[in-house]
Amino acid sequence: MPKLDLNRQPMPKQEPQVRAKNFNEVALGYTPEQALAEANRCIQCPKHPCIDGCPVEVPIPEFIKALREGDMLQAVEVLKSKNSLPAICGRVCPQETQCESACTLSKKGAPIAIGRLERYVANWELNQPATSKPAVILPPTNGKRIAVIGSGPAGLTAAADMAKMGYQVTIFEALHIAGGVLMYGIPEFRLPKHIVQSEVEYVKSLGVDIKLDSVVGKVVTVDELMKEQGYDAVFLGTGAGLPMFLNIPGENLNSIYSANEFLTRINLMKAYLFPEYDTPVQIGKRIAVIGGGNVAMDSARCALRLGFEEVHIVYRRSRAELPARQEEAENAEEEGVIFKFLTNPVRFLGNKDGWVTQMECVEMELGEPDASGRRRPIVKAGSEFMIDVDIAVIALGTTPNPLITATTEGLDTTKGGTVVASETTGKTVKDSVWAGGDIVTGSATVISAMGAGKRAAASMHEALGG
Amino acid sequence: MYKILHREDLVPGIHLFRVEAPAVAAKAQAGQFVIVRVDEKGERIPLTVADWDREEGSLTIVFMEVGTTTRKMAILKKGDYILNFVGPLGLPTHIERLGTVVCVGGGVGVAPIVPIARAFKEAGNKVISIMGARSWNLLFWEERLRSVSNELTVTTDDGSYGRKGVVTEPLKEILDSGQKVDMVMAVGPVVMMKFCAKTTNPYGVKTVVSLNPIMVDGTGMCGCCRVEIGEKTKFTCVDGPDFDGHQVDWDLLLARQHIYLEAEKRSLELWEQREGRETNA
Ligand SMILES: Cc1cc2nc3c(=O)[nH]c(=O)nc-3n(C[C@H](O)[C@H](O)[C@H](O)COP(=O)(O)OP(=O)(O)OC[C@H]3O[C@@H](n4cnc5c(N)ncnc54)[C@H](O)[C@@H]3O)c2cc1C
Ligand SMILES: Cc1cc2nc3c(=O)[nH]c(=O)nc-3n(C[C@H](O)[C@H](O)[C@H](O)COP(=O)(O)OP(=O)(O)OC[C@H]3O[C@@H](n4cnc5c(N)ncnc54)[C@H](O)[C@@H]3O)c2cc1C
Ligand code: FES
Repeated sequence: MPKLDLNRQPMPKQEPQVRAKNFNEVALGYTPEQALAEANRCIQCPKHPCIDGCPVEVPIPEFIKALREGDMLQAVEVLKSKNSLPAICGRVCPQETQCESACTLSKKGAPIAIGRLERYVANWELNQPATSKPAVILPPTNGKRIAVIGSGPAGLTAAADMAKMGYQVTIFEALHIAGGVLMYGIPEFRLPKHIVQSEVEYVKSLGVDIKLDSVVGKVVTVDELMKEQGYDAVFLGTGAGLPMFLNIPGENLNSIYSANEFLTRINLMKAYLFPEYDTPVQIGKRIAVIGGGNVAMDSARCALRLGFEEVHIVYRRSRAELPARQEEAENAEEEGVIFKFLTNPVRFLGNKDGWVTQMECVEMELGEPDASGRRRPIVKAGSEFMIDVDIAVIALGTTPNPLITATTEGLDTTKGGTVVASETTGKTVKDSVWAGGDIVTGSATVISAMGAGKRAAASMHEALGG
Repeated sequence: MYKILHREDLVPGIHLFRVEAPAVAAKAQAGQFVIVRVDEKGERIPLTVADWDREEGSLTIVFMEVGTTTRKMAILKKGDYILNFVGPLGLPTHIERLGTVVCVGGGVGVAPIVPIARAFKEAGNKVISIMGARSWNLLFWEERLRSVSNELTVTTDDGSYGRKGVVTEPLKEILDSGQKVDMVMAVGPVVMMKFCAKTTNPYGVKTVVSLNPIMVDGTGMCGCCRVEIGEKTKFTCVDGPDFDGHQVDWDLLLARQHIYLEAEKRSLELWEQREGRETNA
């Protein structure tokens, strides 16, 4: 048996001081030599635990094998057989808790950098002229029509799979561009928007029609789509887009944003290019971002790039409980984001014109574990203190928008507002309606949304008799 | 892309577009709004539904030139296209048979009050309307509003047409006249709506206002449009835009409308420079 190579290839990145001032992608991608070196580390173990760690079961050893044999077309084909959005997943999936944590070499502390290889293969394909890409061969249409609501990863995946099986698919999207959180939430420097749009173009190339500017529940209801417009089935992939607030005094003062608004202005509306683009975002010296997830990291890192001098992340638990991907928290810290752990805001104070000026916080300590298994933060009595802020961003998480459930008869919802659907098939309790992604799970991940889209497509196909 | 089927300059600085948008037109109701984005670099701005023609598949909007987006719109012609046009958004005005309803429209707010007055009238109410503008040359749709009202009073601030004064004066007279008023609906500038609500408050007459905070998505996703109604936070785009005028925190609404004042000025200056260059070239 050859000696194990535990020399995991690092990802080349822009230098922290440089990248903290621009919106270009932080990761630069492997060179062909690095990709080959990393691929060669894979021991092609027959048990392939990595595949079981992947929510959509990409045949990982197989695409790595093709890559190291230099057959890039084959690598692309293998990847895309299970994952229609590899350029996206290679960049934003939490591989450290999925495929890479399952990798046999993970026990030796050096799992194969599967995400980086995936990114490499997907980028190779994006850079090929159209003629050398694997041709899309579609079966003849079966005449059945599917309406997909929402063009996030769940909707795009369900649409692509259904189109590949011969269905006529229409996506209805509320915003002026397709992609969901990939376009309005995750910033350019982590996921360049042209990459999301290439993936959207791919889905369109399968014959999927995307109707933008279409808010289902307003311009048309789910029932009308089926009864009046003749759709045979509907897939709900509308995500969890409703921002949560702290519900503390002063929260509606000027310059206090939900992370959704802050990120939407910056990413979707391109406020970082204001005034070339028309949508502004407030810029100041000191900003506090409240929360500890990916959304908080993204907001803080956007703020640095907009030119804020001091960027704080205020989180009520400790570093160990940060829900963000570790890599993103590290990136944020390297770039200069200041973390204030065990701190929780209790109110905002403003000036006479209604602008926020200060945030009163309390210190916290960790008590017994709560329902989530994480230690519960408890307020330290008498620990109140003030932080000066020009802008605050509330990044506490999101819940599903009630627009669809309120206008659709016969859907079952949970107390948290998510739609009840089978975990294995995505089928809801309503006839001909499936659902998947954040609308079912609450805020989760891109890959889990894609997995749900895939399972729903398979189930729809079965129910519609192929 | 949404085609402008018809354009009309109602008064200086206020224009009407009839836009081809059959799906929106099929569903639009009085009190709802659309979100418009003019071009690739444009902002998303809300505009109230002023009318619709379900047969033609068109929706009418009336807008006032105040900043970059509305200035960009003002140079579009019949046959040009608007990039994005989303709607109908928000909840429709709650229409029922109440008895007597007073409809007040101020400035550009006269346009959206017309379909609201019409709906109240069609529901069997007596509709008393009041419309106001700064001066005679800013008045439009007087005849339209008259045709859907039982009575109409027109005011101008400078007395150049109709009654001299502001809309709250005839409103107070109606309330004082002893006739039973079941509801007041006011659409217009924030200050006008605020004073309408102040006027009716002592009389205990239900007063509904159509709020116009800054918005982004218009679907409940961002919270930019939050207002406080009876100390509860509401999202105008999904919970409104109509709210109980006696419960609105007006100072908060006014403060939040001014968040981007400086940025808006910069944006407009830049646009004017660019346009200037283009016309000179
Ligand atoms: C800032 C941020 C950073 C994140 N970072 C990561 C990360 O690094 N890795 C990761 O795996 N996950 C990350 N996530 C989570 C991930 O993006 C989501 O879990 C995923 O996008 C969910 O996909 P979805 O298809 O269910 O919904 P979404 O992506 O939310 O898409 C839903 C779409 O439906 C549309 N829609 C909603 N209502 C309607 C309606 N009534 N009619 C028509 N259309 C409608 C919306 O406009 C939207 O386009 C992040 C999320 C955020 C907000
Ligand atoms: C529900 C609703 C309905 C409206 N209906 C009408 C209408 O029928 N006719 C009409 O002329 N105006 C209407 N408005 C106001 C209109 O949206 C603003 O005048 C427009 O956004 C100005 O954009 P601008 O780029 O030209 O000006 P800017 O220079 O951007 O702004 C000028 C002023 O307009 C307001 N404003 C700016 N951006 C927004 C935004 N994205 N959303 C809301 N307000 C903003 C601010 O108070 C600002 O100070 C409505 C607003 C709302 C919320
Ligand atoms: S405009 Fe974004 S929530 Fe209302």
